[in-house]
Amino acid sequence: MRREIVSRLRKEYIASILAKGERMDGRRLDESRSINIQFNVTGSAEGSARVQIGKTDVIVGVKMGVGTPYPDSPESGVLSTNAELSPIAAPNFETGPPREDAIELARVTDRAIRESGAVDFDSLCITPGEEVWMLFIDIQPVDYDGNLFDAAEIGALAALMSAKIPYSRMEEGAEDKPLPVRCFPVSITAAKIGDSIVFDPNLDEEHLADARLTVGVDENGAVRAMQKGLSGGFTREEVGKIIRTAGVLGDERRRLLFEAAEEAGVPVPR
Amino acid sequence: MAEEEAYVDKREESGGAEGSSSRIREIVLPGELVGEGLRAGMGTYREGSKVYASQVGIKSVRAGYVNVIPINGRYMPKVGDQVIGIITDVGPTYWMVDINSPYPAPLHVNEVPWKVEFGDTAKYLNIGDTVLVTVSNVDEVKHVQVSMLTQGQRRLNTGFLVEVTPSKVPRMIGKGGSMISMLKNLTHCRMFVGQNGRIWIDGEPDAMVVAAEAVGLIEREAHAFGLTERVKEFLESRMAELSSSAKESDGGEDGGR
Amino acid sequence: MGGKSDIRLIDENGIRIDGRRRDEMRPVRIEAGVLKRADGSAYLEWGDNKVIAAVYGPREVHPKHLQETNRAIVQYYYAMAPFSVDDRKRPGPDRRSTEISKISAEALENVIFVEQFPRTTIDVYVTVLQASAGTRCAALTAASVAVADAGIPMRDLVAACAAGKVEDQVVLDLVKEEDNFGQADMPIAIVPKTGEIVLMQMDGHMTLDEIDEAMDMAIKACYDIYEIQKEALWKKYERLAEEEVV
Repeated sequence: MRREIVSRLRKEYIASILAKGERMDGRRLDESRSINIQFNVTGSAEGSARVQIGKTDVIVGVKMGVGTPYPDSPESGVLSTNAELSPIAAPNFETGPPREDAIELARVTDRAIRESGAVDFDSLCITPGEEVWMLFIDIQPVDYDGNLFDAAEIGALAALMSAKIPYSRMEEGAEDKPLPVRCFPVSITAAKIGDSIVFDPNLDEEHLADARLTVGVDENGAVRAMQKGLSGGFTREEVGKIIRTAGVLGDERRRLLFEAAEEAGVPVPR
Repeated sequence: MAEEEAYVDKREESGGAEGSSSRIREIVLPGELVGEGLRAGMGTYREGSKVYASQVGIKSVRAGYVNVIPINGRYMPKVGDQVIGIITDVGPTYWMVDINSPYPAPLHVNEVPWKVEFGDTAKYLNIGDTVLVTVSNVDEVKHVQVSMLTQGQRRLNTGFLVEVTPSKVPRMIGKGGSMISMLKNLTHCRMFVGQNGRIWIDGEPDAMVVAAEAVGLIEREAHAFGLTERVKEFLESRMAELSSSAKESDGGEDGGR
Repeated sequence: MGGKSDIRLIDENGIRIDGRRRDEMRPVRIEAGVLKRADGSAYLEWGDNKVIAAVYGPREVHPKHLQETNRAIVQYYYAMAPFSVDDRKRPGPDRRSTEISKISAEALENVIFVEQFPRTTIDVYVTVLQASAGTRCAALTAASVAVADAGIPMRDLVAACAAGKVEDQVVLDLVKEEDNFGQADMPIAIVPKTGEIVLMQMDGHMTLDEIDEAMDMAIKACYDIYEIQKEALWKKYERLAEEEVV
């Protein structure tokens, strides 16, 4: 990714209004942008979703196939998460194999899904030691206006919720069955700019950010994954505050996810 | 700048007769026939006696020329254009300036109003700095150079920068500078519109927001009729809101500042 | 091409497996200017194909040795999303996508006034989100709208469509099953204003007469596609053009 050079005037202006507790787009510091979630946006995937957080726009597809399990977990399905920062999404993204930004995005998303136990990997075993379901989550940002982490993670969760295990195509059974999702972790990202902490940073704010923290929280309020990024640091108190606010914002975002799912006829836990 | 105003004129005239119930500016698409026997102006190309549009834009016929005023597209530098640049790199005898065009433009130490010793460039301008410069040279393969020797050119240290599509710049300026003067007068902000679509705004924080909103309004409705009037109403009502809320808070603070 | 299938691809009434007649195109829908960051963009659905195109430029060339002193280069990147096909596609370019990118860039270069922008590049990125045969035509059709949306000077748009042969009959716009089990596929792209053919490929088996018929069919369809492309641009820009005056 080539570095984008941003006018210092713009940076200073944003920093000066942040110091007064204001943001360029009129949001409160702990307010997320509006979010829009669509399910089943591509029919060739086993499950898919398109998530817009403000102008950030990410498509996530889930593909499933049959493969061999890892020797150390012969009865577990295999998850693989991949992100491609295609230049479609931003002028400074480049073609070619995924670089560190894309790999971090994929791994942070992977952890939130994997470590929360959102997917029951034991239920994805076909023949122990021989055949299991392989689950691929592919993240494809199409418009980058900040905070890909949150959009990718909620997109991955939504795509999993809408996924059907392709028994018929893979000749493993007569009927496709929904992929069971057991936990609903939501990632919430905050950025530190000067002495201010802003949630769901947009592109301008990301350019300015000294430090970033992504917190994945589940529906019981437990933290399931975290990632701190960039060269700046957080105080102990700041981290505590971010985790607590992430819980509140996560509940709100999960509610929006369930509403969108219900509307699209995607199963939602009761 | 004179040239820019000229196409604003053309557009006003091509708009149709005053007083009709609705008027249409003609949007044309690449490859569309826009005239026969006319001279090919900007945004067009000729084949035989026929002139076709080469860009999505608004057709305008004037003085034997048919033009298509593009709606989108990158800024292409012309000698004499005043533009707002951002320093992207610092060399021992020059700075590299992003002028929002396909061509980065070097600013040589001889082209600045300071006496700069070899290797001292970063003391004067550094990466991320915003500068007001003039396009001083464009050669046939588009090597571009900029200069800061014209009066009023400087580093911009305060205020805020917004960007609009470069083809909307004539509308931002308005006929004879009418639009930009109105923005400045009603918001009491200092403003400068670079030909490259970058606009600098500096003033009271709330007034800067209003000015930036007005720029957004002009950008969205650049090709609408009655734009000046609408922008004026917008500015007057927003500035009135500001002054009434300022009064309220002054009262609350026991006399204010 | 040339696989064996037990399915009848065309029935005795001349109806194809998706219900179309021989010379009927799948429904096509295009939206121009769908992305914020790109200079120009378009989203297209063509039957079950879904593609998104983004254009940047003219802009500086990286790496510099690719730059041409007297003109812009056109770089086209066709890619399939991993989830766009039944069996997940490994991300990244392969020989097929590299070839499609090359011929599509050449087709667009024909209409873009590259000489106006020396030493620059015009970068076109198209990603197939869902694939069901005919993706190179769908991609080029969307790309061409995105180039116009970016305000890049061009002689005309480029419109594309394929024709081919299924069960010994010439058909327009092959769907996935027809592509897999049919006898020939011939994607073409034209510059509608002049009728020039700027992209053409063919594989399979067709007689000279069948080629003629397929070309006529595909070219006619390209003109229909052209209208849909122009509609998409109109729809985005007409709002700017018209205004009621009280």
